[in-house]
Amino acid sequence: MRIRTAGVVALFALALAASGCGGDSDEPAAKDTPKAAGGKLVIWADDKRTAALKPFVEKFGQENGVTVEVQAVPNEDLQNNFVTVSSQGGGPDVVIGAHDWIGNLVQNGAIDPVQLSDEQKTAFNETAVKAVTFNGQLYGVPYAQENLALIRNTELAPEAPKTIEDLVATGKQLKAQKKVTETLCLQVGQKGDAYHIYPLYTSAGGYLFGTTANGDYDPKDLGVGKPESIAAFKKIAALGEKGEGVLKRSIADTNSTATFTGKKCAFLVSGPWATADVKKAGIKYDVSAVPGFAGGKAAAPFVGVQSFYVAAKGKNKALAQEFVANYVTKPDLAMALYQADPRPPALTAALDQVKSSDPDLAKFIEAGKNGQVLPAIPAMAAIWDPFGKAEAAVIGGADPTSTVTAAGKTIAGSIK
Amino acid sequence: MSTPLSGPESAQQAPGRGPVRTGSPRTSRTARNHAPITAAGLAAKVILLGLVAGIAIWAAFPLVAAAKWVGLAVLVLTSAALFYLYLGRRHVPAKYLIPGTLFLIAFQVVPVLYTASTAFTNFGDGHRGSKDDAIVAIQSSSVKQVPGSPQYPLSVATKGDPATGALVFLITKPGTDTVSVGDAGGLRPLDPGAATVGPGGKVTAADGYTVLNFGQASARSKDITDLVVPTAGGALRSSGLSRAYEGKAVRAYDAGCDCVKDSDSGKTWTADGEVGAFVAADGERLAQGWKVNVGLSNFTRVLTDERISGPFLGTLIWNFAFAIGSTGGTFILGMLIALALHSPRMRGTNLYRMLLILPYAMPSFAMLLVWRDMFNTDFGLINNLFGLSVDWFGQGWSARAAVILVQLWLGYPYMFLVATGALQAIPRELTEATSVDGASRWQSFRAVTLPLLLVALSPLLISSFAFNFNNFNAIYLTTEGAPFPADNPSNGATDLLITYTYRLAFGGQAAQFGFAAAISLFIFAIVAVVSAISFRRTRQQEEVYA
Repeated sequence: MRIRTAGVVALFALALAASGCGGDSDEPAAKDTPKAAGGKLVIWADDKRTAALKPFVEKFGQENGVTVEVQAVPNEDLQNNFVTVSSQGGGPDVVIGAHDWIGNLVQNGAIDPVQLSDEQKTAFNETAVKAVTFNGQLYGVPYAQENLALIRNTELAPEAPKTIEDLVATGKQLKAQKKVTETLCLQVGQKGDAYHIYPLYTSAGGYLFGTTANGDYDPKDLGVGKPESIAAFKKIAALGEKGEGVLKRSIADTNSTATFTGKKCAFLVSGPWATADVKKAGIKYDVSAVPGFAGGKAAAPFVGVQSFYVAAKGKNKALAQEFVANYVTKPDLAMALYQADPRPPALTAALDQVKSSDPDLAKFIEAGKNGQVLPAIPAMAAIWDPFGKAEAAVIGGADPTSTVTAAGKTIAGSIK
Repeated sequence: MSTPLSGPESAQQAPGRGPVRTGSPRTSRTARNHAPITAAGLAAKVILLGLVAGIAIWAAFPLVAAAKWVGLAVLVLTSAALFYLYLGRRHVPAKYLIPGTLFLIAFQVVPVLYTASTAFTNFGDGHRGSKDDAIVAIQSSSVKQVPGSPQYPLSVATKGDPATGALVFLITKPGTDTVSVGDAGGLRPLDPGAATVGPGGKVTAADGYTVLNFGQASARSKDITDLVVPTAGGALRSSGLSRAYEGKAVRAYDAGCDCVKDSDSGKTWTADGEVGAFVAADGERLAQGWKVNVGLSNFTRVLTDERISGPFLGTLIWNFAFAIGSTGGTFILGMLIALALHSPRMRGTNLYRMLLILPYAMPSFAMLLVWRDMFNTDFGLINNLFGLSVDWFGQGWSARAAVILVQLWLGYPYMFLVATGALQAIPRELTEATSVDGASRWQSFRAVTLPLLLVALSPLLISSFAFNFNNFNAIYLTTEGAPFPADNPSNGATDLLITYTYRLAFGGQAAQFGFAAAISLFIFAIVAVVSAISFRRTRQQEEVYA
């Protein structure tokens, strides 16, 4: 009896296990048959871009007899997941992401350089190519770029302000007339926002990193904590809660655009991603460059670039290189991605195509003319948090000198 | 947010033994051996053991492929032991204990050991892989196109079978029809006329060679990327499947000196096994490092780094205040409401209970964000409703009060629920007896109800305390640690140890997993000591009242 039970159980168990294994080994075989010898390309992108890429890559796959698979990974996890799987020796062949990831991806050996011919490079916006160049190597192929601009409600403020002082005067007037409750919607929040304050910081004379002889950012020359940065933060403090009340910590990423679309402020500092909400709210708006301080330098917003990367640990690097270097450089894909998420294409030819139907794009590009490429060096990661907090503290009324000096020390301490 | 995370569910895994019929004698050994085998029991056994075997075989293939023999041995031994245990009729207690124990090892012991072992390394961004990985990354990222050299249209071809034959590059000199064939031996010109050149300059056919199409070529991806055709100025490499360029690896590893040399600048970086990076004489490091053992340095850094040890004590005190405040506050409020609803004179208790449980039913993640917006100075509901202009998250004490208030709202329904349950278990005769003895309501609550309640709820309070001690979301989704002193952006007034260390380990230049693991071991030690003391006191209490 006992032996028989054990035998029955073991037999069934083995049968079950065997059927499980059979299922496993059948699957890839079935997949392989239609495309006989063809290779497979795996692309990681965020949800929006996945949808835009799908029809395009299917065409690419059919034309070339290969299988292309686009996998959606949420944008906030994409970089980290990619680095993690890459260090285990697996992961996708191609990744799509912001250009300021490059520093971290390179130090983790996760991406390979891309070799573009000179003609291919000249087809792109010059700033975009500069953004994806790191240590003298081109690490990605850009497809879109973005920067901050001043979006204004033309019913409230018909003229684009030339300087911050103009803007403040107009805002105050509107406030006195009870047409708005806030002068300027520039997101700060409790821990500050280095990205959004950067145009004002540069206009007031501050800088983050110096540049080396070949134009790269130099992590050894840190501008935060230097006298220029203290002077810049003094000007920012004058606009803060204890000063003009133009910059406020109560305006944060969560409510900045909503306050503008609710007509509570006439000016919004934001990027191309905000225009969809503004349009939906039915507001008449115009886009111009973020103004600088009167008598100061030009306000320089950060220019960020979205780019395709070739994974260093991919299974199919040759195909990935082919896709990134020879297909992403064509305007069709840039157009498809523009339809999914309206950011100015980095390919000049694609930009020219959409310019006429979407006048905002040209205005955003114009607003980014003075822009500086968002540093991709790993040291930049040390800037965001301390710099933002110093900004929030200064806007809240803290002493600029001691605050910025302390922030500079913290940043210098965490740069290796 | 006081849900204890550890669950007893894992221990409830059904052992593959069939249901024992009630009334059958279970005490004697012989009786158990002759217990009837039911069809359901047999089926459960077959399915569960089948699953075990299936999972084991599924897990074995990757282990064999990666040559992880220790892992394979553990897998085989565990599966064999499971089969031995559940196919035999002996070892009944073990049958009940093993599933829980296995889950405990897999989900508790192994992660803790892994964390502990990580704490002794420099694992993190820039130090993730092995030294060989770093060398490959340094060399391949230093391949630069030879200045002034053109890019060549490329076709991949072979003399043999497209799937296995040795590959060659067929490249066309740009603007001409001159075709050369390249392999690891170098570049040789092909006879004019032997190859057909397409419109883009790509070779479409060549005598004696099979030109691979995209599908065939991409299946040979690795061979193509590995094929390097030496030339005078450097080497021809593929850039995708249709172009080749003349490139040169500027940096190369030299095993002789265990260093990386740059042929352009002549600079060398020597491997430093202590820090896991190539370091130049002037102290410059190459970004691509590797993982090494760093001994106790992560721990000493926690203790000696002024930035960490300086604000540590203040943070620890606030951390305790937060955990005690959240747990105590929710407990008191929840218990008071439970007492009020427990009163026999109360009407409509079901409606009240339903309404009171609502906060518990909503996702705390979303609720924390809603609360954060409600505390906004200019646009927040709280200031607008009461006509205040308090900068809630801008001042230390108001920010602390705000996060505790949020915790109170999120956590009291849980305490209300468990207190209601515990109250119903206390016989009413006891309190009635005290009132007969002439005790006041307060005295009877103080002397009878509360102690009995605490006996039942102490373990829950301890687990709630341990959970709140590390309640990352409660801070990170509301204040993010703010307000920060103007001169120290790394430690804020509402920072818990866990949010503070998260910022230290991941907020700076890059993720530092080794360092983070070291800090989490410190936090683990603190929570473990607090819990151990609390449990000991609970046991003494139980001895008094049980």
